[in-house]
Amino acid sequence: MTTAATPVITYKAPARRHPVLQFMLHQPLGAAGLAFIVLMALAALFAPWVAPYDPLTVDYGAMLGRPGAGHWLGTDSFGRDVLSRIIYGARTALAIGFLASFLGSTAGAIIGVVSAYFGGATDMIIQRIMDVLLSFPIIVLAIVVVAMLGKNLVLGVDLNLVIAIGIPMVPKVARVVRSSALAIRELPYIDAARTAGFSHTRIIFRHIIPNVVAPYLIMLTAFVAQAILAEASLSFLGLGVTEPTPSWGLMLSGAAADFYQQAPWMIVFPGLAISLAVFAFNLFGDSLRDWLDPKIKI
Amino acid sequence: MLRFVYHRALLMIPTLLGVAILVFAMLRMMPGDPLTMMFEGANVAKEVVEAERARLGLDQPIYVQFVKWLWGVLHGDLGLSMWTGKSVAYEIGIRLELSLQVAVMATILAILLALPLGTLSAIYKDTWVDHTIRVFSIAGLAVPSFWLGMIIILSLLTVFSWIPPLTFTPFFEDPKANLLQLIWPAMAVGYRYSAVSTRMMRSSILEVLQEDYIRTARAKGVFERLVISRHALRNALLPVVTVIGLEFAFLIGGLVVTEQVFNLNGIGRLFVQAVARDDYTMVQGLVLLVAVVFVMVNFFVDMLYAVLDPRIRYR
Repeated sequence: MTTAATPVITYKAPARRHPVLQFMLHQPLGAAGLAFIVLMALAALFAPWVAPYDPLTVDYGAMLGRPGAGHWLGTDSFGRDVLSRIIYGARTALAIGFLASFLGSTAGAIIGVVSAYFGGATDMIIQRIMDVLLSFPIIVLAIVVVAMLGKNLVLGVDLNLVIAIGIPMVPKVARVVRSSALAIRELPYIDAARTAGFSHTRIIFRHIIPNVVAPYLIMLTAFVAQAILAEASLSFLGLGVTEPTPSWGLMLSGAAADFYQQAPWMIVFPGLAISLAVFAFNLFGDSLRDWLDPKIKI
Repeated sequence: MLRFVYHRALLMIPTLLGVAILVFAMLRMMPGDPLTMMFEGANVAKEVVEAERARLGLDQPIYVQFVKWLWGVLHGDLGLSMWTGKSVAYEIGIRLELSLQVAVMATILAILLALPLGTLSAIYKDTWVDHTIRVFSIAGLAVPSFWLGMIIILSLLTVFSWIPPLTFTPFFEDPKANLLQLIWPAMAVGYRYSAVSTRMMRSSILEVLQEDYIRTARAKGVFERLVISRHALRNALLPVVTVIGLEFAFLIGGLVVTEQVFNLNGIGRLFVQAVARDDYTMVQGLVLLVAVVFVMVNFFVDMLYAVLDPRIRYR
């Protein structure tokens, strides 16, 4: 008969991993989304080296060409290479997506924090204005703003389009950030800061905003996806990016809408590009939320 | 309770007034106006343009125009379209049946998909069932409805040689033809809608399953099936109903692009045309319609919450 060995308890300190690595281990789907986003960003950045053709070169000899060895994803009704246009389209999608989301989320976060911090009449008025903006569907508000502002190209990006897509995000971010900030406002260190005689601006920017970064980042990521979709929809309707700039939404409109029954590749691949990009951002955003603050509802 | 209803109803007024003011102002800030659109390229005498401007009331100061328009709206008169000259209510009315039908069909589709899928996903959390359903629903948020529409048409064309008909068949004329025509756009818009609702359903059930009464039910030996159907589902439905209601109000957003693809003459297309033509009264009427639907849905959802959960009334 053997006596049971006394169990030896060894204490193993949990390995301190880099947060990015931790995220990848706990959220494999989110990591996959992030990987795809990085890949897409690299392709967009190095488009001139990655794309096999110039996205604007018209080749009437190769109109509506099937996908094959020369043109992997076929050509459109002007003989332009679909793959190259998709790669360059990533530039438009990502630039507008990031800018619009950054602008909308940042404005929303500041408004939300200000609203929560001051409370009372300020809060009431801001909330009513946000209610008004919330009563428009994103695309409807964006269409009206685009029509109002017209075009304003800066470095190849239509800033007014960015604003039109960003505005509908403001009230949504403001609402979420406001509720986070309301909880923080009640914490003792805010009282301490007030007692110390700090200005409102300093308290807002140094003490409250750093503590609402989690909801801000979550909303920011989620809205990049929404912005990419909005850009595609607006361009599809002819109200967003205009020819000859390559844009995924634009690739689905115009000639594509007329010819897609003969040349399905003209619409299948750009649509896949939109879906995959938005999918990747949603996957990443979802995991980021689960990781940082599961209670937030986007 | 009555005070609560009264208070919530009062809050709708500033929101709707704000929407009216915002749209009114934004339209007039657009470059160009209905007259430049109407007479573009035509060689018309200045007097004719001015007479037309006076006829449309655009020569008056903006606040006068606004008050006149608002006065009409309060009396149920949305004014005349600045493009067709017909009444805005008439133009919307003839297209509303189609859009509303697509919206209702999309909603039914979304509910039929979301309730079972969301529940399964929550019950089998972190298993392959959950993963599959989640990927399916995140994809629903990612696929643009207009592209999905094109792919549907393409598939129908290849498999059944079916082309979307050019004219709309009302339901009461030929229900079969009508449903066959509208089921596809409803699917294109409904996929995203169902995805949003499925996700809400899942997270809502997961939240409810944490509650004490679920533990109590399990502890006293209630079958898991009954715990889910009697205790969890009922309590989890409320936020889902909210999402379904609010998304319904916003379906016009999805319809704006989808109607284009399916060649449907609904209010989504009317909206895009009206903006392109600077048809002020038409855009105002449509935006106000959407806002009213949204605000009303919001109001009824709040009421529903208050009826079902007395704590809310006394907050």
